[in-house]
Amino acid sequence: MLNKIKNIFKGSTDKMKLCKKCGKEFSVKELEQSYMICPECGTYLRMNADERLDFITDKGSFKEIDMDMQSKNRLEFPGYNEKLAKALETNDKKEAVTCGICKIGGVKTAIFVMDSTFMMGSMGSVVGEKITRLFELAIERELPVVGFTTSGGARMQEGIFSLMQMAKVSGVVKKHSDAGLLYITVLTDPTTGGVTASFAMEGDIIIAEPNALVGFAGARVIEQTTGEKLPEGFQRSEFLLKHGFVDIIEERSKLKDCIVSLLKIHS
Amino acid sequence: MNAYEKVQAARSSSRPSGKFYIEHLTDSFIELHGDRRFADDPAIIGGIGMIDNIPVTLIAMERGDKIDERISRSFGCPKPEGYRKALRLMKQAEKFKRPVICFIGSSGANCGIGAEERGQGEAIAENLMEMMTLKTPIVSVVIGEGGSGGALALSVADKLVMLENSVYSVISPEGCASILWKDAKKADEAAEALKLTADYLKEQGIADVIIEESGKTNEEICNNLKITIMNIIKENMKLPEKELLTNRYNKYRDII
Ligand SMILES: [Zn+2]
Repeated sequence: MLNKIKNIFKGSTDKMKLCKKCGKEFSVKELEQSYMICPECGTYLRMNADERLDFITDKGSFKEIDMDMQSKNRLEFPGYNEKLAKALETNDKKEAVTCGICKIGGVKTAIFVMDSTFMMGSMGSVVGEKITRLFELAIERELPVVGFTTSGGARMQEGIFSLMQMAKVSGVVKKHSDAGLLYITVLTDPTTGGVTASFAMEGDIIIAEPNALVGFAGARVIEQTTGEKLPEGFQRSEFLLKHGFVDIIEERSKLKDCIVSLLKIHS
Repeated sequence: MNAYEKVQAARSSSRPSGKFYIEHLTDSFIELHGDRRFADDPAIIGGIGMIDNIPVTLIAMERGDKIDERISRSFGCPKPEGYRKALRLMKQAEKFKRPVICFIGSSGANCGIGAEERGQGEAIAENLMEMMTLKTPIVSVVIGEGGSGGALALSVADKLVMLENSVYSVISPEGCASILWKDAKKADEAAEALKLTADYLKEQGIADVIIEESGKTNEEICNNLKITIMNIIKENMKLPEKELLTNRYNKYRDII
């Protein structure tokens, strides 16, 4: 049923997107003109993997890899099968990350894009494995990697195996780095938990979109644990820039140009 | 014991903490302080000593005993400066070709405003990358609760040893229950579902060795642990550097 609705909406320019900040709805067509930024209040709306790829990669250049890899409920974790089924039903993608080879401003690049619409962009074994394989391919072909992060963190339904993905991906990022290759991460709203504590923070150059939530521990958890009032703008891109954890905050309209310039300096 | 009882046993204040193991493994421990960047984090004890005539670097999460000490040590939950101190000591170990032994036992990384300001995520991430290629043997031992990314940042190792009643999990059972089922009281169900016990992790190849605890005194456990750790270290010290690092890389690469 949901699939049918989705297919009706797919490819239709009448598809609407809601800005949760101001509550207004806009057609996707209109939003495409404004880089998915709310025309009313300026909020950066979250982009799914396809929207992001369309926006960043040179037209027609993206070749996806490992697109059919799907998660299993290895721990037989209660409710995980249902959650996965629902994510698959409401999403075009089969997991929370999409990987492939593309050109950006004419520069051949390995790219991964996480997608918060698939189980909050959480990282399980498949997400870790797909990103690892992308880096391995990038090492083999001597390509830079550009990665867009958005994630609620490790996927707890996969227990220790999801935690270990942080180590696995960090290992291959280090290998890629030791081969003298460039890795650019783009932190988008929200990037938290185990993804922040691994490959999101491992880029040679770390870019963030304005006002993106980026942190390790959840703000609510910090407030409850410490009883302290959180400072204004806590865990937002600008906070990270001020504290020295982000190289560049770039507006969406200039993001592709920024990435192209960085790639060209390194190619 | 069921899974949640093991979690409680792993957290028990009567269980020895990091300090105990360091003191029983070596009588020549010299503590070294500070990350040389910001501060000294008392949640992590680090230093050097001799075991079986081999110089080693020892790094332990330390939750403290009495309540004052527990508070001053943030219950063993390290801040970014703690992870950076650990990494500094590991790099020092690499320079002097000393093996590294890490002890893990706390609920995880420190959760606070300061920790976020100083880049908790970045600190953990850097340890994961650097430990993967640290050119000296690393053995990590889970002595109590192994909590999430904060534990992982000290446990990228050639071999992971777990005490029989220790646990290692992506999230605390309480955290898992409150996120998934909006009810922290279902922690026992979450503990079961997370499969966080040492025996399961050994079965899955995440843990390499389990040290028995049942019916043994802390001293006996410590002696067995010492033998196990030193055997691993001596074997790994024989390996050419490249093989050591390839084995470590593959240990994690093979986890799907
Ligand atoms: Zn709006």
